[in-house]
Amino acid sequence: MAAPSAAARPGRSRRLASFRPKPTLLIGAAIVLVMIAMALFPQLIAPYNPTTFDYNAILQAPSAQHWFGTDNFGRDVLSRVVYGSRIDMQIALFTTLFPVLFGTLMGALTGYLRGWLDALFGRIVDVVMVFPFLILVIAIVAMLGPGLTNMYLAVSVVNWVYYARLVRGETLVQNQSEYVQAARVMGYSPSRIIFRHIFPNAVTPAIVYWMTDMSLGILLGASLGYLGLGAQPPTAEWGVMVADGKNFMVTAPWISTYPGLVLTLAGVGFSLVGDGLADLLRPKR
Amino acid sequence: MPTPRAPEDASVNRLQYIVTRLLQMIPTMLVIMILVFALVRLLPGDPAVAILGDRVTPQAIARVHKELGLDKPIPLQFWYFLERVVQGNLGTSVNLKVPVIQLIADRMPITLGLTLYAGMLALLMSVPAAVLSALRRGTWIDNLIRAIFQVGLSLPVFYLSLQLLTVFGARLRWFPVGGVGPTLTSDLYYLFLPALSLGFYLAAILMRNLRSSILEVLDAEYVDFARSKGIRPRLVLLRHILRNALISTVTLFGLSIGQLMGGAVITETVFAIPGVGRLMVTSIFGRDYAVVQGLTLAFAIVIMVVFLLTDLVYSVLDPRTKVA
Repeated sequence: MAAPSAAARPGRSRRLASFRPKPTLLIGAAIVLVMIAMALFPQLIAPYNPTTFDYNAILQAPSAQHWFGTDNFGRDVLSRVVYGSRIDMQIALFTTLFPVLFGTLMGALTGYLRGWLDALFGRIVDVVMVFPFLILVIAIVAMLGPGLTNMYLAVSVVNWVYYARLVRGETLVQNQSEYVQAARVMGYSPSRIIFRHIFPNAVTPAIVYWMTDMSLGILLGASLGYLGLGAQPPTAEWGVMVADGKNFMVTAPWISTYPGLVLTLAGVGFSLVGDGLADLLRPKR
Repeated sequence: MPTPRAPEDASVNRLQYIVTRLLQMIPTMLVIMILVFALVRLLPGDPAVAILGDRVTPQAIARVHKELGLDKPIPLQFWYFLERVVQGNLGTSVNLKVPVIQLIADRMPITLGLTLYAGMLALLMSVPAAVLSALRRGTWIDNLIRAIFQVGLSLPVFYLSLQLLTVFGARLRWFPVGGVGPTLTSDLYYLFLPALSLGFYLAAILMRNLRSSILEVLDAEYVDFARSKGIRPRLVLLRHILRNALISTVTLFGLSIGQLMGGAVITETVFAIPGVGRLMVTSIFGRDYAVVQGLTLAFAIVIMVVFLLTDLVYSVLDPRTKVA
């Protein structure tokens, strides 16, 4: 999988010079960029207003006027899909932002300091692993009430553990390395060792995982949207749109099918970028 | 406790291992209890009001307060909660007027069956695909298989369920559009589409993992050795390559059962299957909090048992495992 030419030439600058991303990474990056463009400038891309009802154009099949057809309120499905990107990219970011920040920090702290903090963390990990992610998130959302904000809260409460676990493991490895021992011998303070020395080296796997996790976040957010626990109608969110069209699956399948396809495509894009980055950053043997 | 004298060392070891693992579960169980206990306290306002739903009267509130010990300090409340759970009392469903434990007992088998079925289908899809993909590495067939399973990783369960239901259920009428069958064997037919859509994601994860472990094992010296001994290629594949490559996949399979059960919430909702997953969703919208709380606990307990079984299977598959 790894380019054999890179293995013989160590050194960061050389590695960057021979930087040849795999085509799958480029495809993934292209997909992600399109999604982000749709999220940032939907008004430039969408041909219609996503929320305007048009009772003269109800349940129309895909045509030159409406590429993805129209729904039961005459809303243009393509425009709703484009505007939906806004919500789903927001979901990708907000389901992962707190976890990546707090989780990596906790991972470095527990891994370096050990002691009671680490023991407590061990129990938390056990418990989070025993629950199906979806069940735990749904249970918390059930208590807080449906909606995007509560969904972000629920996911954040659980998701940081995965990042912390990654960084903790990496910190334990780095802790044994010579440069950390040297820093200790130099008499540097723990905080300096953690943040200046260990953290930059231990954080890479978490950053790589972040990309893959955004794809998981989108899928989770859309699933909750479909169940009615995430974004609420009439918000144009892809999972909600699939749910909106589910009663028309036989007569007007385009209402659900296109949002679902774009949702899948977004998932593929982010996970290809995640895999590609993991390949690039993996230490070459 | 006196150690039972067994004829074989290995079985004593295994027993010891099981006991150790069971003991390790106790602190985890305690934290789970705290979490599930705390869950209802996330509700805004008086939990008694939330639990009672529409039937709020001052008398009823007073009764629930007494029942749950809500007038006592929190640690004592937690103790009462533990006592009730140990006695199998998880409260009563507001909407269905049935003890929660009864609801779980009735519906859990369906969800477990669906999850197991999905897991089997995932193995049936992923193992042949991974073997083919790894042995034909770099060819078009490898690329095709990997592309299909890459999409599987990103295909949301609710979307795949809905599409399969529409195409094979509603349009072609090859399969029923929901529910469960009258008998166990008919369930294999009724639950095929739900299990397929639920299992495809796991199949994608397993295929990836197994493919890369096969590629790793292919380079191992013992495989070269087996080949140079003149063992037939098919036997080398089965006994030497697959047996070793499957070890990590079995572990991954066990660890993924939990996520698979979580996915059952969605599949059961789309296909109208009367399992605990659908019950969870209907209870949320029915504000039936005792049920949500009880189900959360039930999911955790089932998965702890699955993890235990996974560890045991692992120790059988890989004789190198020693008691930690």
